[in-house]
Amino acid sequence: MDRMKRVPISEQDPKVRAGNFEEVCLGYTAEEAMAEASRCLNCKKPMCVTQCPVTIGIPEFIQHVKNGEFEAAAKTIAKSSALPAVCGRVCPQEVQCEGKCILGIKGEPIAIGKLERFVADWSRENNIDLSEVEQSKGVKVAVIGSGPAGLTCAGDLAKKGYDVTIFEALHEPGGVLVYGIPEFRLPKDTVVRHEVENVKKLGVKIETNVIIGRTVTIDQLFEEEGFKAVFIGSGAGLPKFMGIPGENSNGVFSANEFLTRNNLMKAFKEGYSTPIKLGQKVAIVGGGNVAMDAARTALRLGAESHIVYRRSEEELPARLEEVHHAKEEGVIFDTLTNPIEILQDEKGWVSGMKCIKMELGEPDASGRRRPVEIPGSEFIMDVDTVIMSLGTSPNPLIASTTKGLDVDKRRCIVAEEETGLTSRESVYAGGDAVTGAATVILAMGAGKKAAKAIDEFLSK
Amino acid sequence: MYKILSKRVLANNIYLMDIEAPRVAKSCEPGQFIIVKMDEKGERIPLTICDYDKERGSVTIVFQTLGESTKVMANYEVGEYFADFVGPLGRPSDMVEEDIEELKNKRIMFIAGGVGTAPVYPQVKWLHERGISADVIVGAKTKDLLILQEEMESVAGNVYVATDDGSSGFKGLVTECLKDLVLNQGKHYDRVVAIGPMIMMKFVCMLTKELNIPTVVSLNPIMVDGTGMCGACRVSVGGEVKFACVDGPEFDGHLVNFDEAMRRQAMYKSEEGRAILKKEEGDTHHHGGCGCGGDK
Repeated sequence: MDRMKRVPISEQDPKVRAGNFEEVCLGYTAEEAMAEASRCLNCKKPMCVTQCPVTIGIPEFIQHVKNGEFEAAAKTIAKSSALPAVCGRVCPQEVQCEGKCILGIKGEPIAIGKLERFVADWSRENNIDLSEVEQSKGVKVAVIGSGPAGLTCAGDLAKKGYDVTIFEALHEPGGVLVYGIPEFRLPKDTVVRHEVENVKKLGVKIETNVIIGRTVTIDQLFEEEGFKAVFIGSGAGLPKFMGIPGENSNGVFSANEFLTRNNLMKAFKEGYSTPIKLGQKVAIVGGGNVAMDAARTALRLGAESHIVYRRSEEELPARLEEVHHAKEEGVIFDTLTNPIEILQDEKGWVSGMKCIKMELGEPDASGRRRPVEIPGSEFIMDVDTVIMSLGTSPNPLIASTTKGLDVDKRRCIVAEEETGLTSRESVYAGGDAVTGAATVILAMGAGKKAAKAIDEFLSK
Repeated sequence: MYKILSKRVLANNIYLMDIEAPRVAKSCEPGQFIIVKMDEKGERIPLTICDYDKERGSVTIVFQTLGESTKVMANYEVGEYFADFVGPLGRPSDMVEEDIEELKNKRIMFIAGGVGTAPVYPQVKWLHERGISADVIVGAKTKDLLILQEEMESVAGNVYVATDDGSSGFKGLVTECLKDLVLNQGKHYDRVVAIGPMIMMKFVCMLTKELNIPTVVSLNPIMVDGTGMCGACRVSVGGEVKFACVDGPEFDGHLVNFDEAMRRQAMYKSEEGRAILKKEEGDTHHHGGCGCGGDK
């Protein structure tokens, strides 16, 4: 075996999977996982750990996998992460743990994400109990939002013995894990639901259908319900639109609406009541992971699916793996193209999209080359559905109903980086609500730091 | 799970239910709405709040069977449960924030169309409890479709009924009734609040613009989450895009682009129609047109 090369992982055939919602990556078998784990050099100063936002003991769990001690591996990961089956699947490992793996200098880095996923899936299939908690402290902490930040913060606090209640606005916990990331990347019934159940097994209560700021306010939680600290992990769920003419035509959706209908409401499945309306040719405007998810979902619903992005392929903000998967499945990439108007037929439905070709100019403040319109290059794209995937911003509802909670000009909650403490005493925040749309694992990292800070604050 | 405490048939295809939902009841204000989801496979249905009892912990909803989901909902009985019931959603009516003494000097006319009588009721009641008696025009196709008449009369000043066929009260549309009151009977109103089908609200706004009466409408576009995260409910108000679920549902009626709103509301019409047909195939109890008006 070549130590520089990864043990390959099996995936569904692109032609087959483009027509179903089953998971694309099939995961390692025990033998494959042990073989991959045996490549690990077990570094004295592991760089991989420093790059993990929740600092999982990576070499330690990998050594257990190498020896076939999968339960011990699961327990090692559980010390740091409550959502390993999720993270193993959706983290951008190439820029985190795997990005610093020493083997990656000359060869391929250890497939840390895939190994983590293997361990998590194995422990789920073998019903390993990971619910070790300290003695109850009888102190109530409220967590707002059941996405990655909230689940992590709640899990860590429960392990410390706090009485934790998560308040979730939707009918199902999980945040972006249930409404945003599609089934074919992250199975809901098995993976997500199980990880949420694991958090519940730690004693965390989850109240769904509670909208903080409407159903109950943060002040009421303190004054009427006896909570001693609050963590806000409400995410960044407010979709952006372009503001171009015709954007309210029938057949123009935000990626959030399209994905929510499909993932959370299961519009793609027989027997579910929520409808989804999709044409023959769909344009997804944007180039992030959400755009890839929407494009691949549209494809699976039977449409010709186009990614329309104003920069070139090199600048696509989506993970390389996702772009690669999308291409294999048949998503068409129209780069250096920007919509300027949505055209509609006499009944108000999308009948086309007027675009202009772009070229790359000088680098902007972020270091990326700025796209510039090429005069006279307007053309009409023949599409009948448009999905806007331009990013999201935090929902202002919580901040606007909580006195003394500061937000910045992007409506993000202002919080200390190391602790998550906001401008209000006893109120902490983390994840996309603070940073704007980012990644699952960064949100988990923020939830973890805040849990530590809340414990220190309440232990005083 | 949210228990159905009582159920009443108000008219053909119009139902009232009291739902046990203490958290929602505690925070309800006039003008807000809730979202109900019947079971695991159900869709999220926005419904306006008709009444609430903070002590009993219950919220009253009124709905008309229009699509597949509301038909299934109508078959739920007392003692059964809805899987999900979330709210209160949307911003309360502006009057909740207004100065009561100033409100007392205002002559307010509510115009309720069909099942829109239900969301008008808590607003009129709220004013009544503060010593303000507002007038109400209740419109319906025919006498049998009038709902909550007694309740409305017990909290309103004058209640005018308008039926299309003249089977009760004024014969004609609510707009004609308002025109008659203002132009022929010398009534004066400082504000109109219109709630009902989109088409009714549009024509009320056209009239009140002519009559120069500021008008508030409560919009009922398609919604999914109802918390501002998807934009399915977006409407154009004064040339700006607003999300009805968080910025509304009430807006200045003279600024709303009704034609666009009605077009967007009909987006899933064929899907709803198909769903009903599929359900009714082979069922001898119901037949006839699909009736998927979409205006919940």
